[in-house]
Amino acid sequence: MSPMQAPISRPTSPPEPGIIGQPFPIQMAEEKTPAPAEAAKLSATNLVFHYGSFRALHGISMQVFDKRVTAFIGPSGCGKSTFLRTLNRMNETIRSSRVEGEILLDGEDIFKLEVSALRRRVGMVFQRPNPFPKSIFDNIAYGPRINGTVSRSGMKDHVEQSLRRAALWDEVKDKLYESASGLSGGQQQRLCIARALAVNPEVLLLDEPCSALDPIATAKIEDLIFQLKDSCTIVIVTHNMQQAARVADYTGFFLMGKLIEFDNTTVIFKNPSRKETEDYITGRFG
Amino acid sequence: MLSFRRKAVNVIMLSLTGVCTLLAVGTLLFVLGYLFIHGGTSLTMNFFTKLPTPVGEAGGGMANALLGSAKLLLLASSIGIPIGFLGGVYLAEFGGSSFSFVVRYTTDLLNGVPSIVIGIFAYTLIVLPQGHFSTLSGGLALGVMMIPIAIRSSEDFLRAVPVSLREGAMALGASKAKTIFTVVIPAAKAGLITGIMLNVARVAGETAPLIFTAFGNRYWSPGWEQPTAALPVMIYTYAISPYPDWKQQAWSAGFVLLMLVLTINIFARMILSKRGHVAR
Repeated sequence: MSPMQAPISRPTSPPEPGIIGQPFPIQMAEEKTPAPAEAAKLSATNLVFHYGSFRALHGISMQVFDKRVTAFIGPSGCGKSTFLRTLNRMNETIRSSRVEGEILLDGEDIFKLEVSALRRRVGMVFQRPNPFPKSIFDNIAYGPRINGTVSRSGMKDHVEQSLRRAALWDEVKDKLYESASGLSGGQQQRLCIARALAVNPEVLLLDEPCSALDPIATAKIEDLIFQLKDSCTIVIVTHNMQQAARVADYTGFFLMGKLIEFDNTTVIFKNPSRKETEDYITGRFG
Repeated sequence: MLSFRRKAVNVIMLSLTGVCTLLAVGTLLFVLGYLFIHGGTSLTMNFFTKLPTPVGEAGGGMANALLGSAKLLLLASSIGIPIGFLGGVYLAEFGGSSFSFVVRYTTDLLNGVPSIVIGIFAYTLIVLPQGHFSTLSGGLALGVMMIPIAIRSSEDFLRAVPVSLREGAMALGASKAKTIFTVVIPAAKAGLITGIMLNVARVAGETAPLIFTAFGNRYWSPGWEQPTAALPVMIYTYAISPYPDWKQQAWSAGFVLLMLVLTINIFARMILSKRGHVAR
């Protein structure tokens, strides 16, 4: 381990992908997994999604549990991001898209909620950091300002608190009024997480949040996910199976627009019940 | 042998492109230098402060034409910029339907309409019913000329704002309108301002649409209802006159107009290069 990596505490170093066909050893996030009877925060029933005539999701039914981290894994184009973006109705902006089925947020139909109200409750962080070309302060204050949730006098405290929750405060406290584009990629992504947290979402959707980041920045985001799950329900899409194994309590495996298997992360990685899941996590395809 | 041929072709093409570049730059330098020698050297303060004098009387200036041009551009901007800008917002943010295609196509056609035809349009719309030439009709003609350029430049700069920023704002609960006004337009601000400045600079030199709208005037033109002098028309009138005095004045006016346009252009480029690229 080089001196550069020393300050970041990792449970173990990520294992190298195994030889094809050989299950590789995976360090689990927690050995004792939560009891199966949990409160559902989001529950999808028979969700079908079309891009024009292309059917991207074939009837997904699953539950996302409250205050837990749920990961979606699967090869590119399997529909995991599409499903994630349906949870806060981000896909509605796409022309000629069509959605059928039901998604409940705390028992309420999300398609009957006002869309901006839904997105305040279900926040999202994207694949590439997308800070607004504004100051760091204005980036964080953007959500509370447009939604009018925080008073003008309380904004400074609220921005600080949001940045602290995203473990970014110490790095940016002296340059709050400088442009956010001057931050590094990893800092920008944590800024985007802080920006989403500033709206106090109940659920946070992370769409491959580390795919544009180096390993150190990735480690920081993963540490952050651990801290956040006490206050937030987190759904993360990832291409990195080790990441899913490290951070998630539950994991869903998507293939060709179908949810093949959904279970405790331990079960998915150690004892999957479906052949496809086993093939994917052992590196036979994908 | 082959290598010799390749080197020869390289030398020939390099010289050819170099010469063409020099020709392009040289033309501008030539025009600048020529105007400076003929107009710039005889430019006095009188030009900016005095009214034109009658034929044969020395001195005099084009203060009324400067003010007239300023008023025309102000009026043109207040017509062309809002319409063009909001049209650009529509095309960039809500475009994509077949209606937008028609709008884009007609905008390009309007941009290609000869400027004198735009003058006739304003003449028919305002001068004929009113029975007299006016600043109003001239401003309208220039304003109509600004619309298509303003639409297309606004659309281009708004489109250059990455989709990821729009998604970022909407994911925080911003409506489409809020996203446009609080994120997209601020992100494209430098480009939008540059586009507007270049647009103003471009119509500042238009002569043809003013000939039978603003018409020209040897005196001050109070208000918006009377014919007014404008720099480009003044240059035209004075340059084709047989009097050496007037020809000299036309040179000066030409120099002033060119400097004005050049200054706006340089400022616009500076704004764009300073913070031009849209932060991602």
